[in-house]
Amino acid sequence: MTGREQIAEAFRKARQQGRAALIPYVTAGVPDLRALPEILRALGEAGADLVEVGIPFSDPLADGPVLQRAATWALAQGVRLADIWQTLNGVVDGPVRVALTYVNTVLRRGPETFMGEAARAHLAGAIIPDLPWIEGLEVRRAAQAAGLAVIPLVAPTSTDQHLEAIAQGEGFVYAVSVTGVTGMREEVAAGVEELVRRVRERVDLPVAIGFGISTPEQARQVGKVADGVIVGSALMARIMEAPAEAAEQAFRFTRSLRQALEA
Amino acid sequence: MNAVHSVPDHQGRFGRFGGRYVPETLVAAVRELETAYEAARRDPSFRRQLARLLREYVGRPTPLWEASRLSQEVGFRVFLKREDLNHTGAHKINNTIGQVLLAQRMGKRRIIAETGAGQHGVATATAAALFGLKAEVYMGAEDVRRQALNVYRMRLLGATVHTVDSGTRTLKDATNEAIRDWVANVRDTFYVIGSVVGPHPYPMMVRDFQSVIGREARAQVLRQAGRLPSHVVAAIGGGSNGMGIFYPFRNDPVALIGVEAAGEGLDSGRHAASINRGSIGVLHGAMSYLLQDEDGQITPAHSISAGLDYPGVGPEHAYYHEIGRARYEAVTDQEALEAFYRLTQLEGILPALESAHAVAWVLREQEQLRREEALVVVNLSGRGDKDVDAVLAQEGKEATGR
Repeated sequence: MTGREQIAEAFRKARQQGRAALIPYVTAGVPDLRALPEILRALGEAGADLVEVGIPFSDPLADGPVLQRAATWALAQGVRLADIWQTLNGVVDGPVRVALTYVNTVLRRGPETFMGEAARAHLAGAIIPDLPWIEGLEVRRAAQAAGLAVIPLVAPTSTDQHLEAIAQGEGFVYAVSVTGVTGMREEVAAGVEELVRRVRERVDLPVAIGFGISTPEQARQVGKVADGVIVGSALMARIMEAPAEAAEQAFRFTRSLRQALEA
Repeated sequence: MNAVHSVPDHQGRFGRFGGRYVPETLVAAVRELETAYEAARRDPSFRRQLARLLREYVGRPTPLWEASRLSQEVGFRVFLKREDLNHTGAHKINNTIGQVLLAQRMGKRRIIAETGAGQHGVATATAAALFGLKAEVYMGAEDVRRQALNVYRMRLLGATVHTVDSGTRTLKDATNEAIRDWVANVRDTFYVIGSVVGPHPYPMMVRDFQSVIGREARAQVLRQAGRLPSHVVAAIGGGSNGMGIFYPFRNDPVALIGVEAAGEGLDSGRHAASINRGSIGVLHGAMSYLLQDEDGQITPAHSISAGLDYPGVGPEHAYYHEIGRARYEAVTDQEALEAFYRLTQLEGILPALESAHAVAWVLREQEQLRREEALVVVNLSGRGDKDVDAVLAQEGKEATGR
């Protein structure tokens, strides 16, 4: 199965069960890289359908304080891209995985090399928050050749023209629910339903929502309007608070999100 | 000499450099800015307003001073473009007045900016005060500590200074934080970028606002020396004073020399020479040369001059380097310091440590330049009062054997 097909299958399975897909995010290298296989397993057992694996970057300008701290944490341990690939190579089963990476990481490696390595590390796709669609042709071609999907992003400020352009996209649509960076927020932004509606009118892909979802109750609300729910900062905050029991924290919190989506 | 084609193209590309690498939330905002700027620059009333402010508020035109004692010592004519005589003491205000005027025209009431040493922050706070707008300035914690006086100046001008504690706690991190603010508040906020960096249209727009330096210098040197210079020299951090003076000379038979900060030496690992020692990548919304490791992690820059202490460079400089239109050299902290003393003693002008890098290149290359019978224009981008503490501290280090 190509990465695109794996992603489609994960959303299909969730839909058959009458719920939104659950997509937790973890930064590779927090608390350390050795813990990553165990965390991925815990996320799978807790009911994650897909997992975003964050590649730490020195200048993560789309991230709020929690994920910045996670990236700094990972880099301070000397985590290298080659080590991340090697670790992921060894984890064959578990939920479908997509990378979250900044564009400079991809360009420095060379898009073709990066995507080839990502495919061998069993990744199904890549989310690149600072690569707008219009600049992304070369990277998308490289991904396609390797069977990966480059996940299109939309925001409340997106133009109709952009939404029409990403109709050619693959995997799923990552909808940024607020104008802002990643992080936990008290309430889910009011414009979410409207954004999902605008995307669905033009794009035939599942829509997952991220940025600012931090509690099971918020996940439940978002799960009613979208095909997928992405949770990053709230999970990483728990892992960084109790690094010695990272996998257990990941399991417990993800389990509570999954139960909220089933309710 | 290679001809410079009209750049950037409609995608904001200078050859392969530049572009718009921003989160989707900002894509509409950079387009809106581009449209507003294109309209403003064609609008005679905007141009009139800007010209009046530069003349009556900033104090332009700045003089082109023939540095006669320096010229005598090196054996060829050296002219200094006196950007240090602008209001607030540096070239930065040429750009902030232009951008804040544009913000006002676009109806954006909230102004944000990043700053390293604080010069751009002060210039932004000044322009915001002039127009009665609220400015918020992001500054790395390390720089807040080193530049307490500029922090206080910004507060006096009514700006809020946000201390940035992430990453290396310097300009690069302040820029990340300003971009995050812009993403979150994009509808009512105007981001005033301080150099020829960032996503399109910033490198072009900042270049255009700073080109007043080169336009004046070109006319002045023709009038005062009766000829074009052989060399135009400027220090390069992000590169706004450099692009500002280079651009009007781009189609002339004039050597354009950009001087990067070699810090403790190009091979020391402690420098800010993005073109001389960096590689191609994307930082802060544009493709250019940057200091990075094998994984594409941005590596810290170093320079005695806070204004050059940045791990990237404007995409148009990367383009000029690639097509061979400009030459990018580098001088060390030590060479810049020596130039700082020399210019002060010979001309009674305390240059900013940034500008001292440009002077240092002229001093180092004086034999070659004398043989060529050079006529050199140096962009003296700012005054050095802000650096007196840093220079004193350096003297202290030397006196105690570091």
